[in-house]
Amino acid sequence: MKGKTVAEKILSAKSGRDARAGDIVEADVDYVMVNDVTGPIAFRRFESLGLPPKREKIVLIPDHYVPNKDIASAEQAKEMREFAGRHGIGNYFEVGRSGVCHQIMIDEGFAAPGRLIVGADSHTCTYGGLGAFSTGIGSTEAAAVFATGRLWFKVPESVKIELTGKFRKNVGGKDLVIKIISDMGVDGAIYQAWEFGGPAAGDVPVSDRLTICNMAIEAGAKAGIFPCDAKTEEYIRDIVKGDYEAVVPDKDAVYAKVLKYDLSELEPMVACPHLPENGRPVREVDVVIDQAYLGSCTNGRIEDMRIAAGIIKGRKVAPGVRMIVVPASPSVQRAMIEEGLMTIFMDAGAFVSGPTCGACLGGYMGILAEGERAVSSTNRNFIGRMGHKGSEVYLAGPEVVAASAVLGRIAVPEDLS
Amino acid sequence: MTIYRGRVWRFDDHVDTDQIIPAERLVSEMLNCLGDFAFEKVRPGISEKMKDGDIIVAGKNFGCGSSREHAPLALMDAGISCVVAESFSRIFFRNSINTGLALVECKVDIKEGSEAEVDTSEGTIRDMSNGKVYNFKKHPDFIQNLIESGGLIETIRRKK
Repeated sequence: MKGKTVAEKILSAKSGRDARAGDIVEADVDYVMVNDVTGPIAFRRFESLGLPPKREKIVLIPDHYVPNKDIASAEQAKEMREFAGRHGIGNYFEVGRSGVCHQIMIDEGFAAPGRLIVGADSHTCTYGGLGAFSTGIGSTEAAAVFATGRLWFKVPESVKIELTGKFRKNVGGKDLVIKIISDMGVDGAIYQAWEFGGPAAGDVPVSDRLTICNMAIEAGAKAGIFPCDAKTEEYIRDIVKGDYEAVVPDKDAVYAKVLKYDLSELEPMVACPHLPENGRPVREVDVVIDQAYLGSCTNGRIEDMRIAAGIIKGRKVAPGVRMIVVPASPSVQRAMIEEGLMTIFMDAGAFVSGPTCGACLGGYMGILAEGERAVSSTNRNFIGRMGHKGSEVYLAGPEVVAASAVLGRIAVPEDLS
Repeated sequence: MTIYRGRVWRFDDHVDTDQIIPAERLVSEMLNCLGDFAFEKVRPGISEKMKDGDIIVAGKNFGCGSSREHAPLALMDAGISCVVAESFSRIFFRNSINTGLALVECKVDIKEGSEAEVDTSEGTIRDMSNGKVYNFKKHPDFIQNLIESGGLIETIRRKK
């Protein structure tokens, strides 16, 4: 028999059988996460079953509309709080200790190599950056996992993405993932997994790996995986809960195809409206902006905040532009305060809030009016995603968001000097 | 195995779930009226014109984006019985199985407003305006059994 990919290995271990691409298996899930938007449907479905919950596997994280945006979202957040209380679920994160669900899953040590994690949020694929097999599911499926701890999976074939070279200055994971999605299209990896490898994969910082795997879903992928290495283990050392398995692919694993990317050839990218596959080099676009948004499960980590702060330090946000900075979790926010980044952003004239999904999905705290344009470190630029259907979202990394905030147009940091 | 018959509404490639039901409608109090807001940003007023049994015909990657189960629920509440698309995003596909929205993977050329008939036991789609018939590959047994038993929750309930 041929060797296995990381996806095949994790799904084999969790299903107790020899899982190969194309097989349908039922597997033990390590954690199932829902948020305040997808939770309420799951709670109703679960309670209709009358079965006891698999408490230790369930993680409840309000993030989309908390702190409560309005009465409707307050009622919804209350449903989650009451469900946690009624069923004695300890892993419920109240406002103040909560944040963007995927960052909380990382900060609190639920996400770890070799684990099988599902979440009723499409960006659950983020934890592949730590070597997990994690994927988005619906609310009903989450309810099923609440009751049984198990779920069916079609084992995906994997596309190997081999990395060589080094990122140039002011180029990072976001630029790479926009390039990959633009090359293969938003349905380029439907029912497949991305598995990263090659001589440069180990050099990619873990925060960039998380950004890249976060957007695997934007190519339709079921998962995006950077196999566990020394960098992964160092990143999770102080935060991981429990044991984990460092799963790496077999040398003779079978891939659907192999793609090669030389990181040194990449340049700063921006994904133009209204699909993430509309990537173009920043130097080719000429777009005046109204808002610059830094945050989200894609680029709301402390590493992103440091990059943007380094660029914006001593400068001012352009007149007429709103810069909105949203750390993805309390630990990111705390580090921003301790490292003096909060002051840098505020001195520049940026608005800085506590963690929330906020405006990323058109929720609140930065909605766009008709005709407005935003450069955003988020993951989707669909029609009306951040507000009015006549508004536009341009996706980019933290370097471009910061430089654009200062210049009032989509720009690279080099344009500042 | 069922026959779905209704008027066709046409959509292109990559219809994302933000288009199907925008984020501002994702609150519990909307759960009983999601259909009123289906496609409200991209095709305002369309949900009022959709009738029970109507069929959506779309291109590639239908239902991409967010995992919101509100998307198939909104389509069903608007009256849609079946979506025929060249391909589906995987989370939307799984959500539809569990909520009871019929999906058929097939590339067809049927005009908006035409009547169509989808027969899941025969694996055929008939364009009633010209009699043209398209054949599609049925779901694998595992998926078909899940659909026929009413989705994942019903399957678990039966095993209890």
